[in-house]
Amino acid sequence: MKAPMDVGRRDFLKTSAAGSAALVIGFYLPWDAGAQQAPPPTTPVSPFDAWVRVQADGTVSLVLAKSEMGQGVMTSLPMILAEELEVDWASVRVEQARTDPRIYRSLGTGGSTSVRESFLPLRQAGAAAREMLITAAAESWSVPREECFAEKGAVVHRPTNRRAAYGELVEAGAKLPIPDLATVPLKKPEQFRLVGQSLPRTDTPGKVDGSAVYGLDVRVPGMLYAVIARCPTFGGKPKKFDAAKAMAVPGVRHVVEIPAVGPGAFSAGGVAVVADNTWAAIKGRDALAIEWERGPHASESTETLWAQFKQLIAQPGKVIRNDGDVAAALAGAAKKVEAVYELPFLAHATMEPLNCTADVRADRAEVWAPTQFPDWNQRAVAEVTGLAPQNVTVHTTLMGGGFGRRAQADFAVEAAQVSKAVGKPVMVVWTRDDDLQHCFYRPASYHKLQGAVDAKGQPAAWSHRMASTSIEAMWGEPGKANPENSEVSGACDWPYALPNFRMEYAPARSGVPVAWWRSVEHSITGFVTDAFMDELAAAAGRDPLEFRLALLAQPRKVMNPTNPEGPPLDTARFRRVLATAAEKAGWGKPLAKGRGRGIACQYSFRTYVAEVAEVSVDAKGNVRVHRVVCAVDCGRVIHPDIVKAQMESGVVYGLSAALKGEITIKDGAVEQANFNDYDVLRIEEMPQVEVHIIPSTEAPTGVGEPGVPPVAAAVANAVFAATGKRLRRLPIRASDLA
Amino acid sequence: MAAITFSVNGKTRSVDVSPDTPLLWVLRDVLNLTGTKFGCGAALCGACTVHVDGEATRSCVTPVEMVEGKKITTIEGLSADRSHPLQQAWIAEQVPQCGYCQSGMLMTAAELLARKPRPTDEDIDAALGGHICRCGTYQRIRRAIHRAARPASGGARGGAQ
Repeated sequence: MKAPMDVGRRDFLKTSAAGSAALVIGFYLPWDAGAQQAPPPTTPVSPFDAWVRVQADGTVSLVLAKSEMGQGVMTSLPMILAEELEVDWASVRVEQARTDPRIYRSLGTGGSTSVRESFLPLRQAGAAAREMLITAAAESWSVPREECFAEKGAVVHRPTNRRAAYGELVEAGAKLPIPDLATVPLKKPEQFRLVGQSLPRTDTPGKVDGSAVYGLDVRVPGMLYAVIARCPTFGGKPKKFDAAKAMAVPGVRHVVEIPAVGPGAFSAGGVAVVADNTWAAIKGRDALAIEWERGPHASESTETLWAQFKQLIAQPGKVIRNDGDVAAALAGAAKKVEAVYELPFLAHATMEPLNCTADVRADRAEVWAPTQFPDWNQRAVAEVTGLAPQNVTVHTTLMGGGFGRRAQADFAVEAAQVSKAVGKPVMVVWTRDDDLQHCFYRPASYHKLQGAVDAKGQPAAWSHRMASTSIEAMWGEPGKANPENSEVSGACDWPYALPNFRMEYAPARSGVPVAWWRSVEHSITGFVTDAFMDELAAAAGRDPLEFRLALLAQPRKVMNPTNPEGPPLDTARFRRVLATAAEKAGWGKPLAKGRGRGIACQYSFRTYVAEVAEVSVDAKGNVRVHRVVCAVDCGRVIHPDIVKAQMESGVVYGLSAALKGEITIKDGAVEQANFNDYDVLRIEEMPQVEVHIIPSTEAPTGVGEPGVPPVAAAVANAVFAATGKRLRRLPIRASDLA
Repeated sequence: MAAITFSVNGKTRSVDVSPDTPLLWVLRDVLNLTGTKFGCGAALCGACTVHVDGEATRSCVTPVEMVEGKKITTIEGLSADRSHPLQQAWIAEQVPQCGYCQSGMLMTAAELLARKPRPTDEDIDAALGGHICRCGTYQRIRRAIHRAARPASGGARGGAQ
């Protein structure tokens, strides 16, 4: 590793008083590996304890063990349970799982894993409950079990048409032995009544009448509201402040300092102002007049980071993949292309600012958190309060967006710290500037690409050298982390048949905290690889689509060298989404004057997505995206309209980043503070988005993130088609096109 | 501090808070009407939009003293039972994802329909340009507004009350 990870941060990890190193290590793994989660319970868990609650009156509650942040799991996952359980969808209610690791091995919601990881276990659980209820009915009627079947929340005895509702059977049924999940009979896909249907979402009604309860809407008797002043520079802390001035604001009750916890900026710490309402707390914070000890990163800026990137990229990095002989191929090539690509830090900017409510008592704590990882929040609150995890209850609320930002525990740690300090239930509220200035950012990155084509227009070489502020370097176990592991997917497994291919990586030192931003590294590699692919096609004088399809002619499986155990990319499925998106977009057909089309395709979170953008550029260099056509192969589809909604959402999230998103650093602090300087796509900029789902009987895969990665390159390539100008840095700037 | 009196969703309310307190925090923290959302605190995202005497207003930058004697309608008052044509259309088009911005979107859309019962896409864009949805539901919002404006749905009632 050329550039060691930040020494200060590593020391912090080692010496962290809260022991959060263990927390962190336990955290990273659930994104991709079930094997690293809590061990399976030694005795089987009854589906009636974990997943299904049937009341005597027949009401059925299905338990949701993932967090709803807009991606639709509150509908799609209960549908899977209801399918096997054979209940009437209209009678189903959804209940949030409690944080009990003895029952739920992982409640984490991230990495587009919810449906993929839950599909089989939820089918098995629903089927087990159904079989137990059938047995209970057969026993109560003293009839052969084979003569009974389940239907619409009841068991029916076929010969006599006798029926017993689940509500009558559950008491006896729940006491029966639990069937072996591995052999419990599952429905055949052609028998599915719910899976594959776009049922009305369960969370919609409460979201149109104001009754949906997000984290900020939690109300606990006697609660106070807090805002926290955090050091603007990462790793800094308060030197002195004027608590009396804050206390003079009417409604302010307490001013307390809370320490930072964990590596670097796991929880920043700061000065909390606690008041009767949020506004009084905000005014109290304004009055604090804090002087900061600015910490070890106070001189960092976007310029210093970029200077470091340029140095790193000028020398060889760690070799991630090396096929053939790139150097020789470049040296002997007919035509060479070289380009530098640059991408900034990004904030998630969830619509609901971060928040958390905690009520910490001497012997227990209750936490209400809009969180993607309630179990991690539980462990973090336990560590920071000194309570045993089983004495910490986390209630997961709806989230006004997550996008990876709510995969953290900093908000829960803060709420617990403040509640413990003042001895009352407290809601910690983040303002928008808190959110943008104390994020865990999408890494910034810098890329040098070199490519070559031969005299026949065939690609001869592809070389990609990348530097970034690695997530893995910040969160991984010191000394054991491979910084590239969080950064290069989508680039190192680039699926095209390129005879000479080399990728190198180097991590940059930075004090800016980084983590998972919707689609993680794929939002970066998706842009760089597909934009450079377009450059190679142009150098070869070939149509960008034809150039790509030709390199996918032979079906292959492509392994990701940073995840050799993971599922390989199937180039046949990759090719199919590319061809479908192109066909639906009318690729090759004439466009209105001044418009251009661009295409890009990415494999991420086991899902294949191709997107075609149609754009125009005005005389001032402003890009207008008119239409995006998306083709997605996510295996078997549980809920088609949610898949479509997630693709639409991914396109918009990716467009906000491509056209506007940039977090910059000056004197160690983030310069952006609100939507005036960190703007996102608005309704008048919304293109027409069309989504085409590839029918499939393969295992279901993720849809929350994979819509994001292709869109920036599709737009940049479309801009080239319209104007002949290449865009190699994001966000797209009018000044690069004027 | 003297009490400030105004009407919210048809009920007279009196609050005893600092007069510069934004209406948003009075609605949420004092009156417990949490359907109106905090997004930016600076009138940049629209999440906090309510009607003040029928006009779509950013409650996060409206000091409560400014609404003395006025009629406020929040998302909770748009209809008693989700029957407003826009709420029905939002459900029919399955608009919300995270849903956090939708209260504000609905309140501005309701004002738009009250003003212009058959808005064009351009009208919709102009009315909602100050709103942000991070989940990217804009396309469905446009569809839902057109649906609510259709004669088949009985036309729009516009703002509640």
